[in-house]
Amino acid sequence: MSEMGYFSIIISTIFVNNILLAKFLGNCPFLGTSKKMETAVGMAMAVVFVLVMAGAITWVIYHVFLVPFDLVYLRTIAFILVIASLVQFVELFLKKSIPALYAGLGIFLPLITTNCAVLGACVINIDEELSFIKSLVSSFGFAVGFGLALVLFAGVRERILLARVPKPLQDTSIGLVTAGIIALAFFSFKGMV
Amino acid sequence: MAKTITQEFTKGLWAEIPPFRLVLGLCPVLGVTTTMENGIGMGLATTFVLLCSNILVSALRNIIPPKVRIACFIIIIATFVIVVELVMQAYAYPLFLKLGLFIPLIVVNCIVLGRAEAFASKNGLLPSMADGLGIGIGFTLSLAALGAIREIFGTGTFFGASVFGPSFQPFTFMIQAPGAFVCLGLMLCIMNLFE
Repeated sequence: MSEMGYFSIIISTIFVNNILLAKFLGNCPFLGTSKKMETAVGMAMAVVFVLVMAGAITWVIYHVFLVPFDLVYLRTIAFILVIASLVQFVELFLKKSIPALYAGLGIFLPLITTNCAVLGACVINIDEELSFIKSLVSSFGFAVGFGLALVLFAGVRERILLARVPKPLQDTSIGLVTAGIIALAFFSFKGMV
Repeated sequence: MAKTITQEFTKGLWAEIPPFRLVLGLCPVLGVTTTMENGIGMGLATTFVLLCSNILVSALRNIIPPKVRIACFIIIIATFVIVVELVMQAYAYPLFLKLGLFIPLIVVNCIVLGRAEAFASKNGLLPSMADGLGIGIGFTLSLAALGAIREIFGTGTFFGASVFGPSFQPFTFMIQAPGAFVCLGLMLCIMNLFE
């Protein structure tokens, strides 16, 4: 991924390597917040916001602090702490300065700490040895891909509410099968980049 | 007392078996179960982290201030994840490469944090150990079952040995991303049928 141009990175992270449907990261909020369109949009926005910031900060932490001091093995603990405090900070900042957005994101901001899409995307960026700008672009792409899949899935799920689903298949079960079919649709992007 | 500890242990095996009853921690479930071996490896790694973090959280539950408890739990969990990561790198390198990203991601596996918050921070040492071990083994069993189904149909092998003979055309849908979702959904449906 490190030799790709910016545009290819965007396409690759949104469609080809979609973080939810191809990389299997962030599935808990995917199933948890997709029952209603409103919550899905809120979650998607919160993830875009936090993931781009987390991508930038973890890159700096890794290349400025961990690599020079030979502390690479502490990566996991450093990243999760940074993400947790970042989420807390963003929450305080939004509450003070943009109350409307804060009210919109509501409960979803604190939940992002345990969203493995955020930590996962940061780790992928580091593993792929991207430059700072490229890892920003890639974080943004992953976040948009997450949002896109989540909103699409929520739309389908709202329709399923109206359908007569056999009893054992109801709720999560049919949700997973639907997610599989959406993943199949995203599968057709394979080979584009 | 002994009876309740057994109950805490066995509830993880059927009544609250993750990820079917507690729909948490789906990412590794879907991501690593392309073969049974990967599934068991991931399950054991998670069990170790779950058991150790439950023990430590339960032991420290009266010291940890309630306001910063989540941060403390995450640090405890992350410590054990790094232990697992380094041990696997040293002794099970091929498996470590296959599981890849999903080892560091045990930190954000909701099952581990969920058990620390919902159980270990409120109960004594022995029940917490039993709970961690039970849920962990239940998780391993689920991963092994899903891995076995996907491996048998997706590549026609079981633990690397051929099942159907050379004329079998692998049903590659099963080992790819969409197959994981559909397979887990259908397994959940079968579990619901037994209710």
